[in-house]
Amino acid sequence: MKFAVIVFPGSNCDRDMYHAVKEVMGEEAELVWYENSNLENYDAILLPGGFSYGDYLRGGAVAATSDVMKQVREHAQKGKPVLGVCNGFQVLTESGLLPGALMRNKNLSFMCHQEYLVVENNETLFTTDYEKEELVRFPIAHGEGNYFCDEETLKKLKENNQIVFTYENNPNGSVADIAGIINKEGNVLGMMPHPERAVEAIMGSYDGVKLFKAMIKNWRQTYVTNA
Amino acid sequence: MLQTREWSPEQIEEKKIYQEMGLSDQEYDMIKNILKRRPNFTETGIFSVMWSEHCSYKTSKPLLKKFPTKAPNVLQGPGEGAGIIDIGDNQAVVFKVESHNHPSAVEPYQGAATGVGGIIRDIFSMGARPIASMNSLRFGNLNTERTKYLFTEVVNGIAGYGNCVGVPTVGGEVQFDDSYEENPLVNAMCVGLINHEDMQKGVAKGIGNTILYAGPPTGRDGIHGATFASDDLGEDSAKDRPSVQVGDPFMEKLIIEACLEVIHSDALVGMQDMGAAGLTSSASEMASKAGTGMEMNLDLVPQRELDMTAYEMMLSESQERMLLCVKRGREQGIIDVFEKYGLNAVPVGEVIEEKVFRIKHHGEVVADIPVDPLADDAPVYHMPSAEAKYFQDFQKMENTISEVDDHTEMLKTLLQQPTIASKEWVYDQYDSMVQTNTVVTPGSDAAVIRIKGHDKALAITTDCNSRYIYLDPETGGKIAVAEAARNIVCSGAKPLGLTDGLNFGNPSNPEIFWQMEKSVEGMTAACNALETPVISGNVSLYNQSKGKSIFPTPVVGMVGLHESLEHITPSFFQNAGDIVYVIGEAEAEFGGSELQNVTLGKYEGKAPAIDLNIEAKRQNQLLTAIQSGLVESAHDLSEGGLAVALAEGAFGEKGLGAEVDLSGNRTVELFSETQSRFVVTINPENREDFEKYVEDAKAIGKVTGNSKLQVRVNGEETVNEDVSELEKLWRGAIPCLLKSKA
Repeated sequence: MKFAVIVFPGSNCDRDMYHAVKEVMGEEAELVWYENSNLENYDAILLPGGFSYGDYLRGGAVAATSDVMKQVREHAQKGKPVLGVCNGFQVLTESGLLPGALMRNKNLSFMCHQEYLVVENNETLFTTDYEKEELVRFPIAHGEGNYFCDEETLKKLKENNQIVFTYENNPNGSVADIAGIINKEGNVLGMMPHPERAVEAIMGSYDGVKLFKAMIKNWRQTYVTNA
Repeated sequence: MLQTREWSPEQIEEKKIYQEMGLSDQEYDMIKNILKRRPNFTETGIFSVMWSEHCSYKTSKPLLKKFPTKAPNVLQGPGEGAGIIDIGDNQAVVFKVESHNHPSAVEPYQGAATGVGGIIRDIFSMGARPIASMNSLRFGNLNTERTKYLFTEVVNGIAGYGNCVGVPTVGGEVQFDDSYEENPLVNAMCVGLINHEDMQKGVAKGIGNTILYAGPPTGRDGIHGATFASDDLGEDSAKDRPSVQVGDPFMEKLIIEACLEVIHSDALVGMQDMGAAGLTSSASEMASKAGTGMEMNLDLVPQRELDMTAYEMMLSESQERMLLCVKRGREQGIIDVFEKYGLNAVPVGEVIEEKVFRIKHHGEVVADIPVDPLADDAPVYHMPSAEAKYFQDFQKMENTISEVDDHTEMLKTLLQQPTIASKEWVYDQYDSMVQTNTVVTPGSDAAVIRIKGHDKALAITTDCNSRYIYLDPETGGKIAVAEAARNIVCSGAKPLGLTDGLNFGNPSNPEIFWQMEKSVEGMTAACNALETPVISGNVSLYNQSKGKSIFPTPVVGMVGLHESLEHITPSFFQNAGDIVYVIGEAEAEFGGSELQNVTLGKYEGKAPAIDLNIEAKRQNQLLTAIQSGLVESAHDLSEGGLAVALAEGAFGEKGLGAEVDLSGNRTVELFSETQSRFVVTINPENREDFEKYVEDAKAIGKVTGNSKLQVRVNGEETVNEDVSELEKLWRGAIPCLLKSKA
């Protein structure tokens, strides 16, 4: 499976994401600079964390308008997997690939520590290796992770089973404790916690391994076994 | 206000304009001798910043020479942007600490943020990828709104900059004392990793080679920052706010990536960041180090403000700028890399044979200065030194033991002292995990960063107990180095070397200079005993305001090497049933202790004694035991003594406690700050081997699973409390102080 890790000016978890899929999971991966890129030959797109364009205006707002996001949208429309983590999640909401928005944390401070998440939906291509309601431990590191959407959107998210992860102890004020959501089609996942920071025991948690494993396994089943 | 009007050379001499820029009459005369004429306004400005304490170390140089700086594994000692130590496998670690005290006192957010940015630039300008940041902070007590504001904004500034550039801030230390009320200290340290072949130097070699200016345009910010940093803070220091630069971490991130890309090009000859004294220092130092000269045309320098004068451009400290020396004819390849990141990189000058620093502006030569006298021959002052009167009085005092009625209550009080209390409120705001190498996150004795692809890791710590140094600078200096090494050893690593951040008051006061002299002597003795060379550093003087000087605060930033990931040892207890050992005996030593602060409200008497031979022996023995796999946890005894160390050992999610039996004076056993001591836990089956390795270890009890801290002294119950209660107080103290109204 071949992953593209999109690098915007100011991305800073790009190399971590690359390390997770390339070195830890042993898959093919490339760091793809946001300009003059061609995403056609990649099987999955990873939008890493960081401060794209310095988070000026709003987290993810400038990156969302870049040309490469048009290609990400096309890729998503083909049903291929897209994972946005932290700033990558912000890029996904800003570009309209996911509903809602990420606001400043409730306490107005950046926060970085391990958080327990509840796997709410284990039927997505990203989460089939988890049990439903499994408690997993991922680091968070964000200043703008307070997920917000209007009541109607929240109702739809719930109806369509689009809430994938919730916080066990909501750290940032997110609506309905939301830590990660998926699009209605089930191939674009955005989440504030960092699965790529939880892939080796030495990092304090390897609960993120199952997420990447599921992506790889489900892709193989869809595109390789049936090919 | 510094004059912005440009005076003529004659007026500068007559009206002694140079004094406003921080130059003495004698220094002005030296400049006239060097130039064989009167300096013009721009030249006077250039000399004043290059000869400021901040850039020239003119008063501290004689002291800095005492530090041991060499060892077989030291690849680069002091003199470049940062020092470098070999760590095997063709890799090396690069590190340095730098102060940003004065800017942080008047504009705490930007002062701290640009401090982080500056030290990160020092690291990647050597060709290294920055892999971790740390800091050492000092504030007044958290009982005034202003101190709370300074503390909160400094932490915000460090977080705002560090998080954005993607370098994990993995820890540091914060202490509080009245002496820092007007003059907080913000020292930032950065550590980088480099392959040997990528090592860069800030040199402008090769006659005819091109000087490239890279990064954002120059503005009028930070003019005379270095001069401002070399003077006392006064009541009117707020007017110096324009001397504080404004940082842009997004720009820095782009510069990092571009610079780490161009180091692989053989077109690059050298690079240096434009830090203190901006274009002036980077250009003249690059030429001086290479034994060349440089000619620069300021019309080519990117500018973001209109009508900037040569003086303003040469003295601006606009942030995130780099100066590169590139082979002639090969500029475009380098420029292309910067352009990829949307950055300016423009030729502004060339290397010349004549050893002069020649600046042109609007077709005229506006400065023409011999390079070496400017960069290297700043006057060196041997300041008078006098043993401090207070020290003589303190030395006559006998060691006394404070009255403590209820030792459990006292432990609770100590755990809530801001210097001891949990700093989670601080470090939770730092991204400590980006780059996915942080094995031991903030809150332990030392942070640990693994090196991907190798079975090794780096331990990093910053330390300085300035109370001991105030009481007895020489002994305190020894302790500062020893404590840093203790923290490294407890984590399971071998100390490699250190960077020093020397923060003192006004050196023209003989008692202050004596503090500097003695603490450097103490540090030097400890460096020699513990085999930790000083590979880089920074000096910040004039840390005083309203005539009140800070406690002498020579911060030690130390790095150690874990030769295997298996050696990484936590500072918290691990398993119920493990045996608790304490290494070293407690003496009645309370001078400078937290207990003295709580019971007396001040520090006096003798600092705790330290025997460097015993220190070295215990560190070596403990490290051998750790490397042999015999140790479950190790923690050094510091502020608050054994009782605080035991409580901290039990904190955490594991629900552990400890049951301990001691004999002797209860207050001494629990709260003494005698040096060279450790709390270690081991699995009972390793008992014999451990005791064979570590001579001075004494079993005092065991780790329990009942989440209670129980200490008996002479068979009598002295402390008995739920660990969760202690932890709640310890965790809550700083947030509580910040919320309470002054």
